[in-house]
Amino acid sequence: MSTIAHAQKRGFTGTIWEYLTTVDHKKIAILYLLAGGFFFIVGGIEAMMIRIQLAVPNNDFVSAGLFNEIITMHGTTMIFLAAMPLLFAFMNAVMPLQIGARDVAFPFVNALGFWLFFFGGVFLNLSWFLGGAPDAGWTSYASLSLASEGHGIDFYALGLQISGFGTLMGGINFLVTIINMRAPGMTYMRMPLFTWTTFVASALILFAFPPLTVGLFMLIFDRMFGSGFFDVAMGGNTIIWEHFFWIFGHPEVYILVLPAFGIFSEIFPTFARKRLFGYSSMVFATVLIGFLGFMVWAHHMFTTGLGPVANAIFAVATMAIAVPTGIKIFNWILTIWGGSIKFTVPMLYAVAFIPSFVMGGVTGVMQAAAPADYQFHDSYFIVAHFHYVIVGGIVLGLLGGAHFYWPLMFGTMLSEKLGKITFVLFLVGFHLTFFIQHFLGLMGMPRRVWTFLEGQGLATGNLISSIGAAFMALGIIVLLVNIVITQKKNIQVGRDPWEDGRTLEWAIPSPVPFYNFKQLPLVRGLDPFWIEKMEGKTDMTPAEPVGDIHMPNNSFVPFVISLGLFVAAFGAMYHADEGKDWAIPVLIIGMLITFGAMLYRSVKDDHGYHIHKEDLLDEAEGGTR
Amino acid sequence: MAAEQKFTPQTWPESPEQATLEGKNKFLGFWFFLGGETVLFASLFATYLALKDSVPSDTHAKAADLFELPLVFLMTMLLLTSSLTSVFAMYHMKNYSFKKMQQWLFITVVLGLGFLACEIYEFYHYYHAFEHKFTSSAFGSAFYTLVGFHGGHVVFGLSWIIALMIRNAKRGLNLYNAPKFYLASLYWHFIDVVWVFIFTVVYLMGMVG
Repeated sequence: MSTIAHAQKRGFTGTIWEYLTTVDHKKIAILYLLAGGFFFIVGGIEAMMIRIQLAVPNNDFVSAGLFNEIITMHGTTMIFLAAMPLLFAFMNAVMPLQIGARDVAFPFVNALGFWLFFFGGVFLNLSWFLGGAPDAGWTSYASLSLASEGHGIDFYALGLQISGFGTLMGGINFLVTIINMRAPGMTYMRMPLFTWTTFVASALILFAFPPLTVGLFMLIFDRMFGSGFFDVAMGGNTIIWEHFFWIFGHPEVYILVLPAFGIFSEIFPTFARKRLFGYSSMVFATVLIGFLGFMVWAHHMFTTGLGPVANAIFAVATMAIAVPTGIKIFNWILTIWGGSIKFTVPMLYAVAFIPSFVMGGVTGVMQAAAPADYQFHDSYFIVAHFHYVIVGGIVLGLLGGAHFYWPLMFGTMLSEKLGKITFVLFLVGFHLTFFIQHFLGLMGMPRRVWTFLEGQGLATGNLISSIGAAFMALGIIVLLVNIVITQKKNIQVGRDPWEDGRTLEWAIPSPVPFYNFKQLPLVRGLDPFWIEKMEGKTDMTPAEPVGDIHMPNNSFVPFVISLGLFVAAFGAMYHADEGKDWAIPVLIIGMLITFGAMLYRSVKDDHGYHIHKEDLLDEAEGGTR
Repeated sequence: MAAEQKFTPQTWPESPEQATLEGKNKFLGFWFFLGGETVLFASLFATYLALKDSVPSDTHAKAADLFELPLVFLMTMLLLTSSLTSVFAMYHMKNYSFKKMQQWLFITVVLGLGFLACEIYEFYHYYHAFEHKFTSSAFGSAFYTLVGFHGGHVVFGLSWIIALMIRNAKRGLNLYNAPKFYLASLYWHFIDVVWVFIFTVVYLMGMVG
């Protein structure tokens, strides 16, 4: 009986079961991509509804209350349920291959992280069908969120709590993987930039998510269990929430944008066919941004009244971040400089990213000046700024990354032609939507406003903005069509489809074997595959003879652990309601499911299995399967 | 299976918790986890300090009225001693003497349960004698959340150690379960360190002002 039988074909239910129980980082990456993509579309539909409502003055496409729910869910969904998991998809798919590892350090925990995120996201979105979504903004400031009626905010707090646990586990997992599981010769200063940014982003996750956990616990306790953290009548202090939210929230920006920087740092050298300019300064800048990211949270609170000293310190710290970011921008430009450039779709996104993101950075420095921020605060200028950072940085990175890594994840190549149509539609739409919003903000249009009146001079700008949003939506629809066509045709393109792959992930066969590397590669420098190519070789030099490979077993336990918390969350949420005596038992049953599954995992030995050397050699010769 | 290989005290590696790649990963990952836990407790301490003695009216008890040194001192001694006994257990784990390890872990668990009993009594006392409740004031919320989170960690740690002791009672030590014992003891130390801060920040500082 061959130990490679796992690779055999399965029926439909077999495939579903495989994905429910998988611990393979490549399959978990696909799960993250599917779930994150789904939530991205949900958040996009919410965005379209916002823009339709604001397209003309005095519109009543949605009611004011519903509008609050939509903006809240748009922000929350896009940050926590779309951007994070989509980046996790690429981290999972690419990072272990880039460092020459056979899997992540904790495959089981990797699956658990996904299922926690997934159930948290589903829980949050169920609010639409169970009495109304959260409506206090994605920041959910406490005085507003405590006053909010219904269960919307409860869905927010519990859903984010569950998915936050998953993210934290993912962060720890990536940190350990990168430290302990690099291939022979892969020193820290030879790691590809995407691995470096994953590393720093994971460290940020580790230290940024616990404050959010505490803040969410306090919100849960205040709303559902009668405590008084934020309730001034009980001696509480509502500013505590703001601090914890932003001590998490600001690093979160870098958690999102650093991996996007990493993706671009892979795309530029590949298509400029030139080594990344200033590699060590890129690494240094990444780490520095990581440190500074923790020291600037109060710039979101300039108008809260912390006083001139605090405002001055945080203003200076904020401006300092422009320095390492500037280093990166110049390095990217100098990577392209004098290169032999190929304008593929990923490269187009990368080139468009530089000016777009710089604009977001410049308005960021404007807001860092605390006195000026008193003018910008809570206006559309802020909305324009953070969309330039998030769409111009992260979303362009995700789209570019999706095209770039599609062959690695699925073995097929997205159509370049349709890709270029998506690119043009999306980029034009993006600038059309958000550039004008700077001016709307300066003209006095407040953020999160449901509608505006005629004769305020806001009508034209808002209409232009809404038209731009339609362009973006069209671009995404073309992308979806592209994906469907590509997967329907299913033309396998083989390894190194971009022809200029520099790093290890392009050196392995396509589709990637489930054990990744038959023999761990020997890394002889930065861009190891490029080095071998320049010496006329087609393969990496192996660092070990062919031997048995240890593999982890699939497990259904991560699903069950996450399901337990999902069930318990309903109990916690409804126990304060009149006449819902079933709530506390449900809470207890849910926790029992979770802790019972954890205990089962602890006492049941799971040694994994070995792929035998003979089977690996057979496969190489015969290719019988 | 390599992980279930039988050892003698002579062949048992010096750092059994890190002798396999799995063990190394767990060791490092758990330290990172404790790093995150440190931030979690730091946030809870910050909240407590911000809300200390913050009560809606003068009829509510404040920190100086509540805390009494003898009980808290006893709890501190119980928990610090249990940390020491878990060190002894790990000493024997590294020497491959399973029985002694189990004995010291048992003592650790008994001390931990003693601590927990004192804490439950303490909460009960505050609740009934002072009407100091989770829902009575922001101070109460912050106090019970900080100390309660620590108590929850004690419960989890005790359950974990007991589960490991029962699960491995019959098969002794190997390179598969050595990291598990080691991490449980690391967790126990962490709980102890947090308590040292609670003792200082909540109780000592609470009594002097």
